[in-house]
Amino acid sequence: MNHKRKNPDPSPDSDESTTQLSSPFPDEVLERVLSLLNSRKDRNSVSLVCKDWYDAERWSRTHVFIGNCYSVSPEILTRRFPNIRSVTLKGKPRFSDFDLVPPKWGAYVHSWLLLFATKYHFLEELRLKRMTVSDESLKFLALSFPNFKALSLLSCDGFSTDGLASITTHCKNLTELDIQENDIDDKSGKWLSCFPENFMSLEVLNFANLNSDVNFEALERLVSRCKSLKVLKVNENMTLEQLHRLLVLAPHLRELGTGSLLQELMPRQHSELKSAFNNCKNLNILSGFYEVTSIFLPVLYPACTNLTFLNLSYAALRSDELSNLLIHCPLLQRLWVQDSVEDEGLEAVGSNCPLLEELRVFPASDPFEDEILHGVTETGFLAVSYGCKKLHYVLYFCRQMTNAAVATIVQNCPDFTHFRLCIMNPRQPDYQTNEPMDEAFGAVVKTCTKLRRLAVSGLLTDLTFEYIGKYAKNLETLSVAFAGSSDWGMECVLKGCPKLRKLEIRDCPFGNAALLSSFRKYESMRSLWMSGCKVTMDGCRLLAQEMPRLNVEVIRECGNDGCQADKLYGQERMPHLLFSLFELCTNLETLSVAFAGSSDWGMECVLKGCPKLRKLEIRDCPFGNAALLSSFRKYESMRSLWMSGCKVTMDGCRLLAQEMPRLNVEVIRECGNDGCQADKLYVYRSVAGPRKDAPPFVLTL
Amino acid sequence: MQGVVVLGGATRSGSISTLSMEDNNLVLSSEDSSSPDESELELALGLSLGGTACKPQQHYARILTAKDFPSVGSSVSVSASSSSSSSSSSCSSSLSRANVTAGTKRSADSVAAANGARFSQVVGWPPIRSYRMNSLVNQAKLPATEEFSSLIGNSKNSNSVVGKGTNNCSDKNNGSAKENGRSRSSLFVKVNLDGTPIGRKVDLSAHRCYETLAQTLEDMFHTSTSTITSIRSSGEEHDKATRSSKMLDGSSDFVLTYEDKEGDWMLVGDVPWGMFINSVRRLKIMRTSEAKGLAPRSEERNGRQRTNPI
Repeated sequence: MNHKRKNPDPSPDSDESTTQLSSPFPDEVLERVLSLLNSRKDRNSVSLVCKDWYDAERWSRTHVFIGNCYSVSPEILTRRFPNIRSVTLKGKPRFSDFDLVPPKWGAYVHSWLLLFATKYHFLEELRLKRMTVSDESLKFLALSFPNFKALSLLSCDGFSTDGLASITTHCKNLTELDIQENDIDDKSGKWLSCFPENFMSLEVLNFANLNSDVNFEALERLVSRCKSLKVLKVNENMTLEQLHRLLVLAPHLRELGTGSLLQELMPRQHSELKSAFNNCKNLNILSGFYEVTSIFLPVLYPACTNLTFLNLSYAALRSDELSNLLIHCPLLQRLWVQDSVEDEGLEAVGSNCPLLEELRVFPASDPFEDEILHGVTETGFLAVSYGCKKLHYVLYFCRQMTNAAVATIVQNCPDFTHFRLCIMNPRQPDYQTNEPMDEAFGAVVKTCTKLRRLAVSGLLTDLTFEYIGKYAKNLETLSVAFAGSSDWGMECVLKGCPKLRKLEIRDCPFGNAALLSSFRKYESMRSLWMSGCKVTMDGCRLLAQEMPRLNVEVIRECGNDGCQADKLYGQERMPHLLFSLFELCTNLETLSVAFAGSSDWGMECVLKGCPKLRKLEIRDCPFGNAALLSSFRKYESMRSLWMSGCKVTMDGCRLLAQEMPRLNVEVIRECGNDGCQADKLYVYRSVAGPRKDAPPFVLTL
Repeated sequence: MQGVVVLGGATRSGSISTLSMEDNNLVLSSEDSSSPDESELELALGLSLGGTACKPQQHYARILTAKDFPSVGSSVSVSASSSSSSSSSSCSSSLSRANVTAGTKRSADSVAAANGARFSQVVGWPPIRSYRMNSLVNQAKLPATEEFSSLIGNSKNSNSVVGKGTNNCSDKNNGSAKENGRSRSSLFVKVNLDGTPIGRKVDLSAHRCYETLAQTLEDMFHTSTSTITSIRSSGEEHDKATRSSKMLDGSSDFVLTYEDKEGDWMLVGDVPWGMFINSVRRLKIMRTSEAKGLAPRSEERNGRQRTNPI
């Protein structure tokens, strides 16, 4: 296909026959062709080719994905893409799932909806993840978009079942209602009864995570009307009896989420259910399984023949129960289980599921109070890797791991794209060798060249991050917790991973030096999260200054007004690493420090590191004699040093005066006692000798 | 930058920094400053300093200025404290607290290490979505299979399979496996102790009244509170067994407060348990002196006079 260029471009493309006249292909054709493109990465590339392609692409795009709702505004979005029918929006940082982000952080969908109501009047789909949605927003949504079809809310908050009721009441064309793992105010199940009696378009209904009872008869009628229903995931309040009735009505289901499976099964019920499952020939995905009993599981066996995805993550199965089940699931590609299945259960996975591509193992018991259950170890993971050669996605929560095991695992399965290993005890070493887990993740990044997502855990030094930076060339998402030894670790990652897009770090000893080492990097990334690290406000401010196109947000949680949080964070968290930063400041001449530092080391760094330092004024820092005397020759190249409220003593000052006769060392005493602490120290070079006009409270040493 | 412990790795100076974001009185204790000899004149980093100018602040997190730092050898200059007696004792307590904070952190570390498979109750760890966490705990309480229940049922709280809205503390485990009754989904909320950087979590749905909750919390923070209260009462050791829920009756140095859905901090115990459960977002064990400011708020809220919490 030839480029169509309306405006002659001075730089010709290599293999195109460019014409200066309008091309044989009108814009509509280009748009038509481009409309067949679905991948957003392709679309983004296409839009960069030339202005015409940019325009054609933007007119033909119908689905837009926004990974960070604050990276772009609704206005910019609607201006660029006029024909959007489907929007996916993600809001809060991922660590908000783990309570690391305070409530009311943001990510409100309402402002988007307001603009969409006018610009995208024919919006059909809205998928939100980690956004704050209110009942008003849901009502507005329900009333403003006549063609609205699909709503998916994952890990959102701020709304209640009343909001859902608005949707079910007003959205006449609804095909999808998918409510997953939200922080929802679950008032009642009445929303389900709000579907009009003639409503029949539903294809996807997922209310598995809502706890309130729904009216079963209303659900039954709904299911029987909606002949196109493909996905039905009920909540745990559904009984077996009710499940049976639903299955009979909807044997064409592709995805089923069961309720609680706890009741006793009479033989008649048993065979009825079994035959109902037998009739579900299209079933590919099974989930739910809240509180399942052994007796129930065989009922499922007929339905498992075509299963590709089995989600048992809410069921605490034993190894034998899982094993018996998996025998019937030869086509399984994705499996989510709890670690109650233990290593034996995972061995069964390895034996029975040769097509397995994704495995997620969640901790079964309350991780805070584990006493009895053993969970899974490296043995189970190994067993899976021997049996499932196609494995490329793993999320594995375990209590112990070894470097050797991980190395073997990735040798068996070199095609990992997502490797998320969570050794649940922070900073736990290889339990056999007691060494850090560096080599494990080193093996992962060296062997798995397609790796896109990595989560590390266990005892890790900077070496892990050296490996990551050096080898993980396709890495896009990295999650780090309780790891690393110094700034160097984070620097390696920032400098080394060319495709890095999301970096989330908690409780690691990375500070300003690391943060600022490659600040241009952040422009090629979606986001960086650092919590519990050693970054200070000053570091953040510096970053914000250097990179005006970045949004640098600091979450302050002291929570009360009157709190000078800026100063608070900037000063109270100034470890020596910040002073290491000053080692890099080769032109620094004047430095003022207040309420900072953790030890003598900080001041020593400055004295040793800043070659052009001339004035150093310090107040209320824990620097003492060691620091003062560490580089006393330095003071001769400086104009002056002021120290007050530090830990310097008279002895230290006297020593300095002795060593450096050409320095005037003055101590201001304000108490009248000959106390030992030299509260205020002023040191400066002079060719005139000690001054003669010093007042009584200045002691010249 | 939340209230989690920064457990520094191999930092060059080898100092360990302990910080708490949610603490009003921040103390940065480094190994250098932990020696109490020069403590009188030693100035540790932070708002409330271990030594000279420590005092309960009437407003939070004020950066101390030079005026707060006496010159060499001067006496403790304390201002803005409600009672003169509290100032000196709070000085020593916050001094000791500097050590206690470090001590607490270390003990938490060693607890974590010693327990092997047991996790320190760090906020947000292991990284499992709250929804799933609650479901797992919920499920662990309900006997799923006979074998499972025999494994789990014993060591867990005895409150399970209770209907919603019961306030009776004496509910025991009556649930049979056959019942379809559901206990409330677990309600894990964060709880922080003033001065301790490590936040913990407590499952509120495991309790039916304030007493058991307070007792659980006191047990949870036993090391800290007993140490601190013992300092206050000139070194007496408090026997764990003899303590009742002092936090609720106002006799302890610490009171239990919570943040409700509207973001206000309230004293625990004012409202009926059910109402409390519905509105609590997180808990905080505050020093009694700090919590004095809370009384008026709840008076506005509830419109009634309140002297002591329940």
